[in-house]
Amino acid sequence: MKFTKKSKVNVSIPTTSMPDIIFILLIFFMVATVIRQYSGLKVDLPTATKIQKVPGSKRHIVNIWADRNHQVVCDDINVKKLSNLRSIVYQKLVEDPQIQIALKIDKRNKMGFVNKIHQELRKASALKVHYFAVPGGEF
Amino acid sequence: MILGKRRKNRDVEIPSASLSDIVFLLLIFFLVTTSIDTEKGLDLVLPPPGNVEIKIPKKNLANMLVNAQGQVLLDGQEINIRDIARIIKQKIAENDKLVISLKTDAETDYQTYVKVLDQLKKAGAKKISLAEPEQ
Repeated sequence: MKFTKKSKVNVSIPTTSMPDIIFILLIFFMVATVIRQYSGLKVDLPTATKIQKVPGSKRHIVNIWADRNHQVVCDDINVKKLSNLRSIVYQKLVEDPQIQIALKIDKRNKMGFVNKIHQELRKASALKVHYFAVPGGEF
Repeated sequence: MILGKRRKNRDVEIPSASLSDIVFLLLIFFLVTTSIDTEKGLDLVLPPPGNVEIKIPKKNLANMLVNAQGQVLLDGQEINIRDIARIIKQKIAENDKLVISLKTDAETDYQTYVKVLDQLKKAGAKKISLAEPEQ
């Protein structure tokens, strides 16, 4: 019995193209990253089923948080008086006419308060709103 | 003067052996800082400012009222929140110009409002008009 036919197969993974792969990954994450992130307020979002992603880039989204204690935060600005929200949003609209409003309102709030926010947004002519919700619900 | 002798062919290449390490570090930095949001929501267009009344023929209008207890009244008939999608879908199939006027009470829960809106989206309603809550 002779086992001379044992050929040595090279089983190393080619690593020459690895930097290219890493480069592509790097470019992807660089494009996808938005450094500016606001922590906002802690809110308990309502549940819904037919939710959809906000169209367009994240750069054109203005976040408004409203918690159950009627505290309102717009991006990084703490809105002390609700009537100031109008000018803040209007300023943002002037800077970027494409903005959309992401409303993150606590589910325990009443519609009277939500409507006050609506009125402020209407006066600022920021009409495209998104009611943020989490998937779920009994339906 | 022997200036010519000093001209050497020097190698002026940037060392690229550590390039992949640098890129790796950058990659890790961006990986950590990126937060791919999975947050989603229900979209709606608010009515423009001012009290501009738009006349809608009565046959194209469906009045929907939500009270503080979360009961829904559609054209004078109390309905269950779960049935909204089915009933509105039927109504839209009969009349595709249908505008749904959604009116809430000031004491209505936001969660109830989102539920109703969710049902309207489910029914494929595009024309939703928001009426001011009763104070």
